[in-house]
Amino acid sequence: MRGLLLLLFVFCTRHSFADEPPEQRIRQLEEKLRCLVCQNQSLADSNAELAEDLRGQVRAQVKAGKTDEQIVAYLVERYGDFVLYEPPFKATTALLWVGPFVLLAGGVAALLLVLRRRRSAAEAPPLGPEEKRLAERMLGER
Amino acid sequence: MIRFLAPLAIFLAVVGFLYVGLGRDPREVPSPLIGKPAPAFELPVLAQPDKRFGPVDMKGKVWLLNVWASWCVTCREEHPVLVQLAGKRVIPVVGLNYKDKDEPAQAWLKQFGNPYDFSVVDADGRIGIDYGVYGVPETYLIDGEGVIRYKQIGALTSALLEQKVLPLARTLQK
Repeated sequence: MRGLLLLLFVFCTRHSFADEPPEQRIRQLEEKLRCLVCQNQSLADSNAELAEDLRGQVRAQVKAGKTDEQIVAYLVERYGDFVLYEPPFKATTALLWVGPFVLLAGGVAALLLVLRRRRSAAEAPPLGPEEKRLAERMLGER
Repeated sequence: MIRFLAPLAIFLAVVGFLYVGLGRDPREVPSPLIGKPAPAFELPVLAQPDKRFGPVDMKGKVWLLNVWASWCVTCREEHPVLVQLAGKRVIPVVGLNYKDKDEPAQAWLKQFGNPYDFSVVDADGRIGIDYGVYGVPETYLIDGEGVIRYKQIGALTSALLEQKVLPLARTLQK
């Protein structure tokens, strides 16, 4: 029974992989890539002529059996990391990736510092003998 | 004291970043092709369809590859600068007629003057993609080894030519 299920499973997954429409893959790729003419649009969204040509390239290469990595590398070779909406992590982009976390850590550190300072300010120093007598007298008068 | 100086320093840093950021032209994307061999091609020469040209034919020469099209408005603006440059005969200039039709392209050259040694025809823009072209006009300075040394996106101006392109070309020609 188990073997049968496994066989069925393997068959189903293989079947669905083979039938996966490349349209979806093409669309996903095009959404990850930036159109350089109208820079705030992806290849999928842009009507620029260059975007059209590049979409043609993506489609042709998907059909030719290239992997996503190969297609992305093809475009990066020509247009640079800028075609990627998600830039790779390297020395030149380290600040971009790490920067927000550094700022966050700085903010948290500053907040902790301020809170600690405030707490130590709130803790009143213990009363001296003179003050204690005064306080007792005032309380006793009530 | 530091209570006042720290926010001031942060503020100034932010202003500095924004100032530099705003001063930059977002259309100028650094080309990954600089320092790399110019992509090979073999394209028909405009108006001489039986002739073909490729970057290998320029081996040993420092030359400019200028991407242009008759439909490109900025090319029209750049054109006089190229004509003037051509008159000086200091560097070969090859045109890459990008996604254009032969007839209007030839008419354009006839009307405004032809600054190119010759132009090659990239009708479907495939070679343009290999060169990372996204905003015509673009100009590539290619050295004797066939390596791209400089790329100008958008129109060349005489100032750019005199201050950047030609001095670089002269050092490469040596």
